[in-house]
Amino acid sequence: MALLSKLATNEQHGENSPYFDGWKAYDNDPFHLVNNPNGVIQMGLAENQLSFDLIEEWIKRNPKASICTTEGMESFRTIANFQDYHGLPEFRSAIAKFMEKTRGSRVKFDPERVVMAGGATGANETLMFCLADPGDAFLVPSPYYPGFNRDLRWRTGVQLLPISCKSSNSFKITIEALKEAYENAQQANVKVKGLILTNPSNPLGTTLDRDTLKNLLTFTNEHNIHLVCDEIYATTVFDAPQFVSIAEIITNDEVTNRCINKDLVHIVYSLSKDMGFPGFRVGIVYSFNDDVVNCARKMSSFGLVSTQTQHIIAAMLSDDEFVEEFLIESAKRLRKRHEKFTGGLEEVGIKCLKSNAGLFCWMDLRPLLKEPTHDGEVTLWKLIINDVKLNVSPGSSFNCPETGWFRVCFANIDDQTVDIALVRIRMFVDGNNDVKENGVAKEKQHWKRSNLRLSFSNGKYDENVMSLNMMSPNSPIPHSPLVRARN
Amino acid sequence: MGFISGNNKKLLSKIATNDGHGENSAYFDGWKAYENDPFHLTQNPNGVIQMGLAENQLCFDLIQEWVVNNPKASICTSEGAQDFKDIAIFQDYHGLPEFRKAVSRFMEKVRGDRVTFDPERIVMSGGATGAIETLTFCLADPGDAFLVPTPYYPAFDRDLRWRTRVQLYPVVCESSNNFKVTKEALEDAYEKAQESNIRVKGLLINNPSNPLGTVLDRETLKDILRFINDKNIHLVCDEIYAATAFSQPSFISIAEVKEEVVGCNENLVHIIYSLSKDLGFPGFRVGIIYSYNDVVVNIARKMSSFGLVSTQTQRLIASMLSDDIFVENFIAKSSVRLSQRHGLFTKGLAQVGINTLKSNAGLFFWMDLRRLLKEPTFEDELDLWHIIINEVKLNVSPGCSFHCSEPGWFRVCFANMDDETMRVALRRIRHFVLKENKGLEVASKKQCRRNKLEISLSFRRLDDFMNSPFMNSPHSPMSSPMVQART
Repeated sequence: MALLSKLATNEQHGENSPYFDGWKAYDNDPFHLVNNPNGVIQMGLAENQLSFDLIEEWIKRNPKASICTTEGMESFRTIANFQDYHGLPEFRSAIAKFMEKTRGSRVKFDPERVVMAGGATGANETLMFCLADPGDAFLVPSPYYPGFNRDLRWRTGVQLLPISCKSSNSFKITIEALKEAYENAQQANVKVKGLILTNPSNPLGTTLDRDTLKNLLTFTNEHNIHLVCDEIYATTVFDAPQFVSIAEIITNDEVTNRCINKDLVHIVYSLSKDMGFPGFRVGIVYSFNDDVVNCARKMSSFGLVSTQTQHIIAAMLSDDEFVEEFLIESAKRLRKRHEKFTGGLEEVGIKCLKSNAGLFCWMDLRPLLKEPTHDGEVTLWKLIINDVKLNVSPGSSFNCPETGWFRVCFANIDDQTVDIALVRIRMFVDGNNDVKENGVAKEKQHWKRSNLRLSFSNGKYDENVMSLNMMSPNSPIPHSPLVRARN
Repeated sequence: MGFISGNNKKLLSKIATNDGHGENSAYFDGWKAYENDPFHLTQNPNGVIQMGLAENQLCFDLIQEWVVNNPKASICTSEGAQDFKDIAIFQDYHGLPEFRKAVSRFMEKVRGDRVTFDPERIVMSGGATGAIETLTFCLADPGDAFLVPTPYYPAFDRDLRWRTRVQLYPVVCESSNNFKVTKEALEDAYEKAQESNIRVKGLLINNPSNPLGTVLDRETLKDILRFINDKNIHLVCDEIYAATAFSQPSFISIAEVKEEVVGCNENLVHIIYSLSKDLGFPGFRVGIIYSYNDVVVNIARKMSSFGLVSTQTQRLIASMLSDDIFVENFIAKSSVRLSQRHGLFTKGLAQVGINTLKSNAGLFFWMDLRRLLKEPTFEDELDLWHIIINEVKLNVSPGCSFHCSEPGWFRVCFANMDDETMRVALRRIRHFVLKENKGLEVASKKQCRRNKLEISLSFRRLDDFMNSPFMNSPHSPMSSPMVQART
């Protein structure tokens, strides 16, 4: 009899992907401005580190928000003892209010529908458990966040069917592509239970326009399937067009309000990106379906938010003045950083998909590919890791249907590091141009195009599977994205 | 969970529409009574006293003192705020190294330093609730079964079965030998399961036991280890009440005994732990999986992404539990206070002829009210229970909710209230029992006002619940045990 479960021995957790290589390189040689200026710069982590000063300042001014300060201590016992899965009422109110503010107060959220989860990771999984049976499928526009493979599928047994989006129309989700994906599923006898999308998009950094959202909603409604909107990047919108939440569409539009079955609409949220608090594991399920709220709430017992954290978040997000100031300043800094980085790339002829949100940009390196294939992309990626010494994320890890695209994160490093990254990219591109110009392999003065240290067999990841790193509980790769709850 | 609309039955998953969450049980009545009329020493001295919640509230003074004296443990104090950012962005599912060290050190101390724990095997989960579910996902496939000795903690039904689709198969324990877990009972259960074509993957034990409050002796633990090795099935030991052992015999962890069984396959042994009972921190959701099986550690760690401990809390706990002097003092004082509280109650009850199972651990005792039953049936047990709730005004938990094989036993929690309340509770029980004693002597029908039950209950007819407004609304106003992550 097999000792462990099938879940424990399949590879649906998604960590046996070549994606790891970039992380190994980073962990072996992490960049540090002073101590290791030639190390690998981490640009594969979608973290928001730009506005912590504002938060730290607020913390210092509000000692009562913590149960560990002398001012807040009297609440320690009640808070430590409170395990009601509804969560602290003030926490739910504060989250609902924050969600309203990040949507420009254009829509209201009901605190009674705010349900906790173990990060957005837990929220997405919980929704799948509520909405689909093993073998059922959810459609997902690609490119999409790699963690979905694990979060949506692993323990739930649900399948993911990608909807290909193309660069020719800026990776927009078209109804044609949606219909095609749906029909293919029907023909293969796969039951589609819903559509899940991330808006603003990871990895694209774009927001969905009102019409697209309406069309998607019409489609799901007509086919009586669910629509799950992961709005985890809602507050990272730094430029026009304005972010439009699915909540606005179904609440504010009279026609939609009347015709759409709200029982099919669900939102996933979290504070990991907007506030920069991935460690706090504040995941939220917000459903317009009463039974789903009820069920998800019962399931939240498997991943509640620590009341210590609920308490401080409740205080922080109830401070209207702070929240408003934070939202404005955070957007400003993201825009500035985005401009600086994409501007620097443009100067060396690298284009990024036009984006107005997210903590990353979607870089077009198709011109640099030796061949427009998966192998070509991987080769280029390894070059970037090992020679340019930047850990960026290849489009293939996002299931991108086209090769040559890379996601580059820019909000987890300081200005100086950004400058250095841009210099390195410039040097790499120039070096590459030299080769192209002369048509022959030219001795690279600036780059030692060393033999790739990591060998890679196309599609076969046996090495990784068998490697001791994978088997040992003492994984020596502490900072890789996959050991992170979300990246 | 209440009424689910016809459309939702089709729209949602099977998991969302079955009763696997366990909340449709008669158990709710006691909670409704408590919620409607909660005891308060001064404001509502005739209200229902909550004795159905296994919480440890006896030592918060010690904890609060420590917290006030150690401001650096919090990232929200002026002393600790400099670490706010690093802690808030840390999302590595290995957890803070200092957290893992501190937890393993604490586990060692609780076991009198008789065994060592490896911090590298410490895996986080969403409370013990999440730990049980995660281990089940790792060890068993849908349809497989775990054996569980009765009586057992009610929420095992949900934690072990609901989303995992694993079955629970009881190992019947009887009062005739103080509910010991015998070799015969184990073999019997295993065989019966085999006969029913049920594939047994493991045995789950709770030591110290909830609801019994007893600890397993060395021989029983060895027998259990031999049994599981013989059948090549897993052993999951939920040791959540480890530090609540307040008198002899001392608590013996499976970690101590496994070395003593020749040929014991360590890959079959797993421990669950949490800080919810020992420290009284159920709100902080600190669940731990400790497995001797490397693959299980690895996989459980990947699954922990669905329910990590907030780093804010990891940091506080790491500091607190690294303080050896505090920990030793806490464990000692907590034992003394639990022992005193337990002694007061059980002696007080003995004086009026109420026996309790001899116990030396836990936050409750197992009360024997068999002689107050008219007939030894579960119907009578529930009738008696309703009298206790509505007339004696104590919310205690009936044995049937713990799947006890014999009617007439009740679990009574004693560590979640102050001394005054405890005295009131004791008075009420004694008063009731003395009255019952008189009534039992007289064979007349005037003994109890049983016909004045405020809530009539037909055992197992759950229509009342199904139609109750509480059940339908996602906004359950109750802080009943089922909305608590764990009771």
